[in-house]
Amino acid sequence: MIRVQAEPFDAAALLAEVSARAVGAGAIASFTGLVRSENDGAAVSGLELDHHPRLTEQVIAGIGADAVARFALTEVAIVHRHAALVPGEAIVFVAAAAAHRRAAFDAVDYVMDRLKTEAPFWKREQRSDGAHWLEARDSDHDDRRRWEAEVP
Amino acid sequence: MKILFFGRLKEGAPAGPVPLDVGDTDALRAWLGRDRPELLDASIRIAVNDEMIHSNRPLGDEDEIAFLPPVSGG
Repeated sequence: MIRVQAEPFDAAALLAEVSARAVGAGAIASFTGLVRSENDGAAVSGLELDHHPRLTEQVIAGIGADAVARFALTEVAIVHRHAALVPGEAIVFVAAAAAHRRAAFDAVDYVMDRLKTEAPFWKREQRSDGAHWLEARDSDHDDRRRWEAEVP
Repeated sequence: MKILFFGRLKEGAPAGPVPLDVGDTDALRAWLGRDRPELLDASIRIAVNDEMIHSNRPLGDEDEIAFLPPVSGG
């Protein structure tokens, strides 16, 4: 399940959908990312996301396929919003179903690290000190590199 | 040729008509970079027809070229 959408999503409903598809899996892990209300010490009032109408979904589908292959997942879900959002709103949902818990946990972590550094989204944060375009942090790239010691 | 900008690059001037002698992505970047030097930065990646490119590529009239600043997904 790969979706790039402006509309809000219901993480509980998405998890139920993944569970229904993941017949025979021994573990499902999920992650929901929310718009933060504070960044670098400044209050955040909103977050706008720009995306590419086709490339973004292609890249995310590729990340999902890599996760399935690498962790032998029976199901993967990645839902990412592009819209003008306010703090507390859900922005991204990732779930992975696998035979055992470690693969499911690791797959979700892996997908998030790759989304942070590779998915073509551009975030502009409205803060008390003005509007700021965000870029992946050095720590995001460090997190991404943790997965490079192994294939793929 | 259709030229698209994303993220913070949308805030700059849109591209005007591309001269006929601009026939590949290196030449296009250099031509656009005369007015918008931020496009010359190595962190700005290029996709042609929804495909990321990693080296110079010839361009035709029908191509769509996207200029992509560093991403912030998740």
